[in-house]
Amino acid sequence: MGAWAIAVHGGAGVDPNLPKERQEEAKRLLTRCLDIGISALRSNLPAIDVVELVVRELETDPLFNSGRGSALTENGTVEMEASIMDGPKRRCGAVSGLTTVKNPVSLARLVMEKSPHSYLAFSGAEEFAKKQGVEMVDNEYFITEDNVGMLKLAKEANSILFDYRIPAVGTCGASAAMDSPLQMNGLPISVYAPETVGCVVVDKQGRCAAATSTGGLMNKMSGRIGDSPLIGSGTYASELCGVSCTGEGEAIIRSTLAREVSAVMEYKRLNLHEAVDYVIKNRLDEGKAGLIAVSKDGEVACGFNTTGMFRGCATEDGFMEVGVW
Amino acid sequence: MGWAISVHGGAGDIPLSLPPEKRLPREAGLRRCLDVGIAALKAHNHPLDVVELVVRELENNPHFNAGKGSVLTTSGTVEMEACIMDGKTMKCGAVSGVSTVVNAISLARLVMDKTPHIYLAFDGAEAFAREQGLETVEMSHFITPENIERLKQAQEADRVQLDYTQPIQKEVPKDAALADGDSQIGTVGCVAVDNEGNLATATSTGGIVNKMVGRIGDTPIIGAGTYANHLCAVSATGRGEAIIRGTIARDVAAVMEFKGLSLKEAAAYVIDQVPRGNAGLVAVSSTGEVAMPFNTTGMFRACATEDGYSEIAIWDSPTK
Repeated sequence: MGAWAIAVHGGAGVDPNLPKERQEEAKRLLTRCLDIGISALRSNLPAIDVVELVVRELETDPLFNSGRGSALTENGTVEMEASIMDGPKRRCGAVSGLTTVKNPVSLARLVMEKSPHSYLAFSGAEEFAKKQGVEMVDNEYFITEDNVGMLKLAKEANSILFDYRIPAVGTCGASAAMDSPLQMNGLPISVYAPETVGCVVVDKQGRCAAATSTGGLMNKMSGRIGDSPLIGSGTYASELCGVSCTGEGEAIIRSTLAREVSAVMEYKRLNLHEAVDYVIKNRLDEGKAGLIAVSKDGEVACGFNTTGMFRGCATEDGFMEVGVW
Repeated sequence: MGWAISVHGGAGDIPLSLPPEKRLPREAGLRRCLDVGIAALKAHNHPLDVVELVVRELENNPHFNAGKGSVLTTSGTVEMEACIMDGKTMKCGAVSGVSTVVNAISLARLVMDKTPHIYLAFDGAEAFAREQGLETVEMSHFITPENIERLKQAQEADRVQLDYTQPIQKEVPKDAALADGDSQIGTVGCVAVDNEGNLATATSTGGIVNKMVGRIGDTPIIGAGTYANHLCAVSATGRGEAIIRGTIARDVAAVMEFKGLSLKEAAAYVIDQVPRGNAGLVAVSSTGEVAMPFNTTGMFRACATEDGYSEIAIWDSPTK
């Protein structure tokens, strides 16, 4: 019998000027989610149940960019997406374009288990949700004042900024912010709100699972799909590992980041930590992203080339860590 | 080195008893598309333009499950998806849930070229198409009588028929039933490489017969149905759910890179990992090799290389 391990994230790419209170708030949420996951693991819940449980918690809390608190489309609405994958048979489920489903990750699970398909989107997904009797709410439920403000800033920024990125030089950002702002996806980091959420788990039986959920890119075109619902990009789980990614969606898709970790373990025989390092160093080129991963042997790892990533991890032997930088 | 091109019109349980009236138009379609692609490569067009051109031809051909001739959703509507990727830059574009755009692959190309995004779907994709002035028509343009019939039969059989060619017969002899069963054809695709090693891939589909409204398959998922990098370009076809789970297109390149296999070996290896009857793919490498493996009964396919070799086939050939 192996050992369990769990990791959660709330997004890669953190504003170096983020107020201390927000950082603390984020750490408290991550800690709470880890505790929920750990409790579930101790009660022998399988990995697939644990990732869903934890991501539901992250979706329900308005702090990060998923479920309630999702980033807004250019129209000021919320369109959420999520995916979930079960390592043992590589079963998977994904959803996009959700506007009234309270917990997208749970709908993704239902797609996996109760439909003949792997991925449902927009009105078809909403129809399926209705038929499945999942909890549905008005789109307004997901919209927070914070994000309404961010959308305004994003629109202003888009009309001023050119389409290039200034690479993060990793210095203390205080005054640099206005002159050469850190950017991701063409937006200043302060309005980018990349905080996709995710969870990866390996249970005592060595089964890995992963789930990712997001509102997507602030000010995105309606209908835009990012990496989070794409199996192999934002989410992946196999017999070897479970991976959830976050950051610049297009970069993650282009590099099929989540699948890469598993492929490198499988084909290059790297261990989890080596695989995560390799992938972050070699597969992202100019893209900015981060990921969390667990292996069937109870290891946990995270890697990112951004300025910070909200994350937490814990293993059965008592190790626990929550961090931002 | 030298250029190479490969085209597919879907892998699945294509019965050996396929009647000529169903076989000939598809073979002719493949031949024509191959010729279009060859001419474009000879004229030094970039592979990205070549694959788009060829897939547009396949979309316009009502005998294939893409564009006109797309299979229908459970509501009798058409929801098309397409994807295109450039091996050198790794730029890509994808669309899903497209119902009025004549050439979904061209919309995918515009997403890649004209937006900061990779993937647009449903209403958002349709709105973008109009903004870009792409040709749009009434959805009825895409719907053919054969597909209305297929949907009817699938709904009567009350199962998801993964694609076409063999509508379920009421009185079916046992062995034909085995060959027919869950026919799994669908999707069109093209991969090409020029003699400088530039690679590109494009895939387009109507999806699977009687699919749920909003169902997305493997085609628009980078790494599943479509993928290209500096080593190879891949377009897959078959049971979408299996292709997604197996990240088929990505794995061909990964296996070449990590295990040092040739294109043919890598492609065969990846298809072998997928349960029988579920998938096929076409691929070209930066050095002008071609591979077209499948583990279904057949795959509509064609390929040509600069040294003069060309092939059009449906079932197993000795030099697969």
